[in-house]
This record gives sequence, C-alpha cells and structure tokens, in this order.
Amino acid sequence: MTSFLDRIRAAAPIASRYGGSKFRKPTDALVADLEAALSPGQVRADGAQRALLSHDASLFDGGVAGPVCFPTTGEEVQAVVTVALRHNRAIVPRGAGTGLAGGAIPFGAPVVISLTRMNRILEVDVENRVAWVEPGVVNLDLTKHLKRIGFHFAPDPSSQQVCTIGGNVATNSGGPHCLAYGVTDAHVLAVEIVLASGEKAMLGSIGPQDEGLDLRGAFIGSEGTLGVATKVAVRLTKNPPAVKTLLLSFASVRAAANTVSAVIAAGIVPAAMEVMDQRITIAVENFVKAGYPVDAAAVLLAEVEGLADGVKIEAEQISAIGTQNGATEVRLAQSEAERELLWKGRKTAFGAVAQIKPDYYLHDTVVPRSALADVLEEIYKIADRHQLIVMNVFHAGDGNLHPLLLFDRRIEGELDRVHAAGAEIVEASLAAGGVLSGEHGIGIEKQDYMDRLFTSDDLDHQNRLRNAFDPSCRTNPGKVLPMAHSCADIQALRSVPAGVWG
Amino acid sequence: MTTTPTTSTLKVTDPVLLEFAAEVGASGKVAVVGAQTRWDVGGQPAKGVRQLGAPAGVVEYKPEEMTVKVRAGTSVSDLDAELAAAGQRCALPNRGGTVGGAVAVGEDHLGVLGRGPVRDSVLQVRYVSADGVTVTGGGPVVKNVSGFNLPKLMVGSLGVLGCLSEFVLRTNPVPGVSRWLQFADADPFAVFDLAHRPGAVLWNGTSTWVLLEGYLPDVEAQNTLLIKQWAGVEVEAPPPLPQHRWAMPPAALSTVGPLPTGEFVASVGVGRLWGQRPAPPTAQDPVVVELSRRLKTNFDPTGRLNPGRTP
Ligand SMILES: Cc1cc2nc3c(=O)[nH]c(=O)nc-3n(C[C@H](O)[C@H](O)[C@H](O)COP(=O)(O)OP(=O)(O)OC[C@H]3O[C@@H](n4cnc5c(N)ncnc54)[C@H](O)[C@@H]3O)c2cc1C
Repeated sequence: MTSFLDRIRAAAPIASRYGGSKFRKPTDALVADLEAALSPGQVRADGAQRALLSHDASLFDGGVAGPVCFPTTGEEVQAVVTVALRHNRAIVPRGAGTGLAGGAIPFGAPVVISLTRMNRILEVDVENRVAWVEPGVVNLDLTKHLKRIGFHFAPDPSSQQVCTIGGNVATNSGGPHCLAYGVTDAHVLAVEIVLASGEKAMLGSIGPQDEGLDLRGAFIGSEGTLGVATKVAVRLTKNPPAVKTLLLSFASVRAAANTVSAVIAAGIVPAAMEVMDQRITIAVENFVKAGYPVDAAAVLLAEVEGLADGVKIEAEQISAIGTQNGATEVRLAQSEAERELLWKGRKTAFGAVAQIKPDYYLHDTVVPRSALADVLEEIYKIADRHQLIVMNVFHAGDGNLHPLLLFDRRIEGELDRVHAAGAEIVEASLAAGGVLSGEHGIGIEKQDYMDRLFTSDDLDHQNRLRNAFDPSCRTNPGKVLPMAHSCADIQALRSVPAGVWG
Repeated sequence: MTTTPTTSTLKVTDPVLLEFAAEVGASGKVAVVGAQTRWDVGGQPAKGVRQLGAPAGVVEYKPEEMTVKVRAGTSVSDLDAELAAAGQRCALPNRGGTVGGAVAVGEDHLGVLGRGPVRDSVLQVRYVSADGVTVTGGGPVVKNVSGFNLPKLMVGSLGVLGCLSEFVLRTNPVPGVSRWLQFADADPFAVFDLAHRPGAVLWNGTSTWVLLEGYLPDVEAQNTLLIKQWAGVEVEAPPPLPQHRWAMPPAALSTVGPLPTGEFVASVGVGRLWGQRPAPPTAQDPVVVELSRRLKTNFDPTGRLNPGRTP
C-alpha cells in the first residue's frame, strides 16, 4: 500500500481536478450577482479573506476559495445558492473552521458560505424540550444560554468555545459527555436545509419519527455534502441533580484502559470516561495547574451523574474497579471549583501542547474498548519508529482514540514522518476491528482510506445516498468518498436516464 | 445508476449472508417477511410478490462492548432473552416480531426515554441491495462517523431500500429496579417535570403511569416524591396500547382533541400516541417527498423491493 504521504502528494492537484483553471478566480459577474442577492458588505472576494477561508484546523493546503458570502437568513442562503447554480459554481458551507478532517476546505474556487453571521438562538421551547437555533450559534454559547433554565445541549466537543452547531451537525460531533448521552445525532430533532438546487426542506420533526425515511439522520454527519443547514432544532437535556467527578491515577496506560473496559463490563455507563497519558498530563499541568498528578503514567477522569444515591453507588464502584486494576490514587473532586478545574485541564489539552512543539496532528479513530490497551501500545511503538512524540488524550469510554503527534513543520522531513505514522495508526485501528473516525469525520483526510473499511458496493450505496440530495455534485464536492466513488467522477462515467432526476 | 469502478478489495464472506443475497437475487419483486405483527404498516405488499424470510440468530454478543450482532430474522424475544442473561437490554420493542421487522418499522420501545430510540441503536446494518449484493453501512463500534449514514436510512424504511439481513445494535445495562406507578388523578405533564429522567410517562386522559428506573434508593426516593403529590399505587405493567400510532410535538399531547378518554394512550415527553383510530394524514413537505422518491429510485431503480409499501 502506498504511504499516506504519497497519497497526500498525489492529492495535491485535487483543486485543479475539481475546478480547473476556468473556475480559478471569482469572476466580476459572479461577485456582482452575489452582492445583488445579499449586500456588498456580505460578500468578500479579496485575496486575504479567500486565503483565510481556504483552510480549516487541519494541515491541508491546496484549498482555493471563491467569493465568500456571509448570509444572515435562510432566504439569503437560498439566494446565494441560486446565484452559484446560475454561474455553475460549487458551494461549500462553513462554520467556525475548526474541522480537523479538511471538510470545509474549498476545491476549485467554489462559493464559500460562511454561516457565522447566522448566530441567533431563535426559540427556547421548554415544553417541547427543544431549542431552535441558527447554524452559526457557537456550541458553548447555547449551553450557557440554557444554563439559567436548568438545561444544556449535551454534545460538548473540546472545541466547544468556538465551533458552531451547524458544524456539529455536519460532522456529527461528539465530546467527553457523549458516552452516556450519545453524539450530535441523538440531540438534533430537525434540520432545515437548503439543497444545491436552492430548494428548502425541513428534515425530521420535534415529535417522534413517524412517516417517511429518516432524512434528518442521513444529513447529520454528511460533512456539508448534502446541503446547507440553515436552522436546527436541538434537544434540551435537563442538568443532572447530582454529579461526581473522579480522578484515578495509574502506573501504566494499560491499567487505565483496562479500568475503562471493566467499568462498562460491570454495567455502569458513566457520563464521561477520559484518559490522559503522562506526557499530556504534564503539558496540561504546566498550562492550567489543574491539580493533575504528573508522576502517574496515565490518569482517568470519570464522571457520574444522576440522582444522589445512584451517583454515590457508581462513584464507589468505579473507585473499587480502579483499585482492583492497580490505581495508585483515587481522588474525588471535593467541590464544584475542583471539578471545573479538572475539566478545564482536559478541555485545554490541545492548547497546552503548543508549549512543546509548534505543530500537532490530531488523529481520531475508534476501536473496541477491549482493544484499547493493545492499540495504544502499538501507537507508542509506531511513534517511536518514526521518531515522533505522541501524546494520548481520548474519549476512552467510547474507545475513541485521539493520538496527538507533535512536530515542527520547519524541520525538514518531520511532517512526512507524521503522515507515515498516521497511516500506520489508522491501519492498527482497523486491524483491531475499529473504524476510521469517531467524531472528526472523513473530509479529505481519510477519504482514501474508505475502501479499507467498506466494499465497493458499500461505497456505491453511500454515493447513491449523496446523489439523491445533490445529483449534480454541487455541495462540497470532492469530500468523504474516495475519488473513484465520489460523484464528480461518477458523473462523467454515468449516463443518467432521461426523467430520473425529475 | 450504473456501477462504479472497484477500488476496494474487501468482500462479504459470511456464507449465511451470501445465501440470503442469492435468494433475493437481482430480479423479480420480493418482500421480506418477519412475523407479520405490523404487516399493514405503510400499506399491503403488492400481489404476486415472492416472499422471503431473513436469516436468524445472534451472531456475536459482546456485553463488555455493549454491542450485539444479530440477524434480521431473529425474534426480538430470543434476542431479549440472550441480552437479559448478561444483564443487558436493547432499544427494540417486543411486539412478538423479528429484529428486522422492528428496525424496518422503526417504532420505539414504550420506555424510549430510558432505552433511547431505535434509530440511535443501530450501529451497523447489512442488507441485500436491489442488485442482489450485500451492502454494509455504519460500523461495529459504539461511535462512528466514517462515511454516509446508511443505518439511519434503513430504520423505518419498511425494507423498500434493501432487504435487511443483519445488524450490530447497541445494548445497555438493565437498571437495578424498574417500577411502574399508576396515578388516578395526576397532571401527567407535571409528573414528567418532577420525575428525574423517567423511563416512560403514559396518560390515557384520566390515569397516568410512570416508569421509574435506576438504583433502588433512587427509585424509592422518586416514588416517595411522586406519591407525596398525587395518590398513586405500584402496578405490574403499563396499560395495553391501542393499535394506531400518532406522532406530534410532545407539548401538543395536552390538546389531543379528537380522541376521547379511554381511546388512546399517550407517551408524555415523547409526542407518541397510540389511538384506536388511525392518525389523520399530515401534510408532507414536497421537497422531502421528492428527496425520498429519489432515494428510492437510486437504491431500487426497478421498484422490486417490497413493492406496495411507502415508509
Ligand atoms: C482543538 C480542537 C478540538 C476538537 N475537539 C473535538 C471533539 O472533542 N469532538 C468533535 O467531535 N470534534 C472536535 N473537533 C473538531 C471540530 O471542532 C468539530 O468537527 C466541529 O463540529 C466543527 O465545527 P465548525 O463550526 O468549526 O465547522 P467547520 O470546520 O467550519 O466545518 C466542518 C464541516 O461541516 C460543514 N459545515 C459547517 N457548517 C455547516 C452548515 N451550516 N451546513 C452544512 N454543512 C456545514 C463544512 O462544510 C465541513 O465539512 C476539535 C477541533 C479542534 C481544533
């Protein structure tokens, strides 16, 4: 198999594959039409803005943004999409750009639709336990807004201070507290979308799913390839009456991983179970002074919540299971302040890393929980072989690994080694019966791995799903499916029977 | 749609699935038959359609992963029994039917507030496509965003997009205690607000039932809290459910106009209602109808899968 790096190199001309030179620059006519549809202040075609929005939080270069639009309503999104259609341009929806799989990277100078100005919380409907929000609302802002009425939005990605609800919907985001609560799709009841055709549709409903296919479920996690989310109905989750947070220290990463499996096997599903290895714990401690033990090989942050007695019972059981598995220390957070500090440490882990090396590559795979310890061991070996520093901080309860490879892109050859190690980490996860991504998505990062997980027939059917929403491949082309299956290529190969697309 | 170039070398090898795929074949109209407990949902299958049964059996159960791989023809009772032996349960309702039928109909368990909806519990799906090949969507682990979400599309699809053959379902621990309380004269919405994450709150216009689940001391505390407000007694089981499903926003249950007391059971906080009459037809978004039609065309261009049914 060719190395990941070779594939990255081969993929460099992707931009030209998806647009070619004739689409390279925003034409004056396109910009003028967009400005007429919105207002001049809502369209940016200058080099600086386009360069900025050619990236997301991934390391991928090679994106080329066309004009960037900042609609403020669903109708304005429809207007932008309609202009793009008239000018035969693709569209790329975009939230805060914190995506790590390259999902928001534009290919072939498409019209970039930034949803950041659609950031109103439209309605909080406590009776129906639902809030209607615009896609640009920042995840944490929503939870803060709901706090005073005793509710929250359960998905809590580590990027929650910045990332948007629209981005969460598009990537089906997870977070530490998704272990008991489930990821974004369990918390999104309905989504209003604008299709590439400019038509608007409401997918799902705030009642139980009834008639019809679950188009809502098909849309969530589709990484901007099925349409633009313009309004989202999110489920309100009641804040728990009691919470306990435990910090367990271990002399080995294996012992921490085994504890996680043993807790689940004992029939306990905590609200969160997060593991950090010693390297990341030291970095975090330097950064926020959260009181993490820096001499432990690994720590497990476990949180249980619910009614007072059950919480007490579960905290005791987790503590006992930890001790049986060799925990060297078990600490129960004694105050809300201590709890918050521990979580602050966990959630700023990625920021803390910047002290050590200027760049990092954050991976995201899932393995069966029982394979966690073995795969982690393999990951340390892989990093060693490539002379890289790897740190592990991850959603252990879900088996969701997040190996963090540190590097300095100014050092010749270091990025190459990062990509080579990354490819091996993905292979190790698949070999253990895992999947390519638990929460960051496929984007462009992992599209060429899709055929390591799926058969050609599987990929063909995924493409049929995509094609039903976007028959002419206009929304976020070139993502998710591998090149041989992505609809852009298929389009050329396929003759569409007359009348099929209505 | 025409076929795409082959890039993957992976193949389905399970002989049971391959045999089922061969049975479905690539031509002629087919319908998969479960236990026929919800046979009339979405319309009667067209006449003269070849009827097939899906393969049965629990293939692999991993309690410590909280996942079970099960074939579509397995009865929900058999699955439940196997899970119960390890202290676990799943989101599927047991109406005497099969696992495949339950997923295809997509109706949630009465205790959905505690167990979660069916659509969230299907981690991986396998089905035979209209071309007669086995397709896999999703993945065998509890968290996954690798590619488009075919499992979601299959839940509630009534089998019109593919003949369902196998699933990986999420399982969950059975709570220490499950207790039904019945109140003759309570405000069901107030009960729902007061109880901490009840497994279910049901209401038939006069009586309210609540399912308390969890650790014994928590259930006792909830029990005490509720009977302090309203006179209630512990009962063995919830009321029997009328046949027809209605769906509405949860708050709209308080204004169920057309159904007299005694002719319905409503699930408070969910928006589900079982009525003695069928639900009035609801207006459908024409764009949603068109999207669904295109999906059907893409997955089953000749209309050979479960003809006569509309999800
Ligand atoms: C430090 C750090 C920590 C992170 N931690 C987590 C974590 O714990 N869990 C997790 O799940 N992710 C995590 N992420 C990844 C990322 O934050 C999430 O994927 C997030 O949901 C992306 O939101 P965004 O608004 O930034 O979307 P963007 O990056 O702007 O876009 C992501 C994708 O969504 C599409 N999109 C955005 N908005 C819309 C819309 N309105 N309609 C249609 N498509 C749209 C884009 O086209 C793109 O494909 C992390 C990222 C960073 C940098």
